[in-house]
Amino acid sequence: MSDPEARKVIEMGYAGSERLTMNMGPQHPSAHGVFRAILSLEGETVVDIDAVIGYLHRCHEKLAETLTYTQYPSIASKTDYVAAMTSELAYVRAAELVGKIEVPKRAQYLRVIAAELQRIASHCLWLGTWTLDMGGALGGGATIFLYCIREREWVLDLFEALVGARLLYGFHQVGGTRYDIPAGWDKKVRDTIALVERRLDEYEDMLESNAFFQVRTQGVGVVSRELAQEIGFSGPLIRGSGVGYDIRRAEPYSSYEDFDFKVPVETAGDCYARYRVRMAEFRESIKIVRQALDGLPAGPISSRPGVKSVGQVRIAKGEAYARVEGARGEVGCYLIADGSAKPYRMKWRGASFSNLSVLPHILIGCKIADVVAIMGSVDPVFGEVDR
Amino acid sequence: MSAGGEGPALTVSVPVERWLELGRFAKDTLGCQYFNFSTAVDWKEQGLEVVARVENLDANFHLTLRTKLPAGETRCPSLVPVWRGANWMERECYDMFGILFEGHPDLRRILLPQDWEGHPLLKSYAVDTPHPPYR
Repeated sequence: MSDPEARKVIEMGYAGSERLTMNMGPQHPSAHGVFRAILSLEGETVVDIDAVIGYLHRCHEKLAETLTYTQYPSIASKTDYVAAMTSELAYVRAAELVGKIEVPKRAQYLRVIAAELQRIASHCLWLGTWTLDMGGALGGGATIFLYCIREREWVLDLFEALVGARLLYGFHQVGGTRYDIPAGWDKKVRDTIALVERRLDEYEDMLESNAFFQVRTQGVGVVSRELAQEIGFSGPLIRGSGVGYDIRRAEPYSSYEDFDFKVPVETAGDCYARYRVRMAEFRESIKIVRQALDGLPAGPISSRPGVKSVGQVRIAKGEAYARVEGARGEVGCYLIADGSAKPYRMKWRGASFSNLSVLPHILIGCKIADVVAIMGSVDPVFGEVDR
Repeated sequence: MSAGGEGPALTVSVPVERWLELGRFAKDTLGCQYFNFSTAVDWKEQGLEVVARVENLDANFHLTLRTKLPAGETRCPSLVPVWRGANWMERECYDMFGILFEGHPDLRRILLPQDWEGHPLLKSYAVDTPHPPYR
C-alpha cells in the first residue's frame, strides 16, 4: 500500500474530524452489572463520556427507615452482593456505635474471619472477570476466569457450611453474629486458604509473564494521588495510587489491632498497580484468617439475648458513622437513631459509587479498548453503586 | 463545634452562607484533601441539613461539615469547586432530597430516571407513593 494517508487511517484508526457517539451498555458484558456509558469517540479515542447509573437502584436508604435493626442486616447484604458480609458488618457496627453495644471477643474474631474470607472470594471474582474482559489478548482469557470461579466456589462452600447460604448471608446481627462455626469448619478453612495461596502463584506466573497483559494494564488508567483523594477513592484503588490508607490500620475495628498484616501500596496508579495491590491483599487476608483461627477465643457470640419480635431491639437517640474496609474499599454507614426500633436516617457510603465516579476524569483520551480494562480494574459492583 | 463519631473527629456546623468558605478552609488550611461523602437529613418542619465528611489521611483526622438550611429552603452552595468528588454525591443528594446545589456543573438526577416525580428520601414522600408504569 503506497498511499500514506490510507496507512495513517488504518494505523491511527482515525483521519477525519467527525465524532461518533457510542452507547456502551447497560447490558454490556464487561460492565459487571448494569452500567451505561455514552461515549463520544474520535476514531478509537474517547473524547467525552456520560456515565449513566441507577439501573439497580432500590432506594436502600428509604427501605432502611422502614425496617427494624433486626430486619435490615439481611437486606444490607444486597447492596454489595459480591461481598455481602462487608455491608452487613457496616450496618450492624453503626447501630452498635450509636447504641454503645459491646460485641463479645469471639464474635469480633468470627467477623474478621468472615470479612477476610469474603475479601478472598470477592477478589477471585474480580480477577476472573477482569482478565476475561481483556479476553483474547490473554490467550483465551476464560482460563483464569474459570480457575478463579473454582476458587471462589470453595470459599462459598465455607460460607454455606457456616450460615447455609452462598451469596447473601445474614451472618451479622446487632451485638454479635448469628452463627457459631460448625464442627470441623476450622480445618476446612485452613485447607481451602492453603490451596488458594498455592494457586495465586500460578495466576501471577500466567499473567505477569504475559506481554499482552502488561501492555494492556501498565500505564493505563492512571489516577494521581490528588485525584484519588478528591474523588474519595478507597481500598485497593487508593493504595494503588500511592496512598497507604487502610481503615483496618487507621481506625481498627472488630479487633483488627490484634492481627499482624501489611498494607500493600503501589505508586504507579495504573491498572497494573491496582492489580498488584489486590494480589498482595489476597495473601494478607489469608494471613489474617490463619491468625484469627489460631487465636479464636471461647465465649458467647452475641452480647444480647434473642428477641421474640423484630421491634424489640431499640437503639438510643444519637448518630454515628461506621466504616469497614471492604473488598472494594470504604463501606460506610451513617446512621441517625431516634430511640425507636428503626433508624431515622441511614446513608450508605458505597465504595463502588465513589470509585466509579473517577471514570469521567480518567477515560478522556483513552482508547475504547482501555475503557474495558479500566472499568474492570475499578471493580465496581452495581448493587453498591446504585444501592 | 462539637466532637462526634469515632476516632479523632470534629463536627463543625455553619450557616449556609459560609458553607463554601468552610469547605475551602477544611481543604486548604486543615489539609482535608479526601472527600468521603456528602448527604442530607430531612428534619421535617425544621428543614433540611446538608452533611459532608472530609478527611486528612496523613494526619488521620476526620471532619464532619454540617449546615442547616432554613425551613422551606432548598438552595445550598456546591462543594464541587473544592472537591471533584462532590459531583456525584451532590447529584444523588439533589435526586433524593431536591436540594439545589448552586455552582454545580451538572446538576441532574443520577439514580432515578430524569422524569421521576418527587424526591424519595424526604420524610413527606410516602414509601408506597404510586408512580406511573414503566415505559
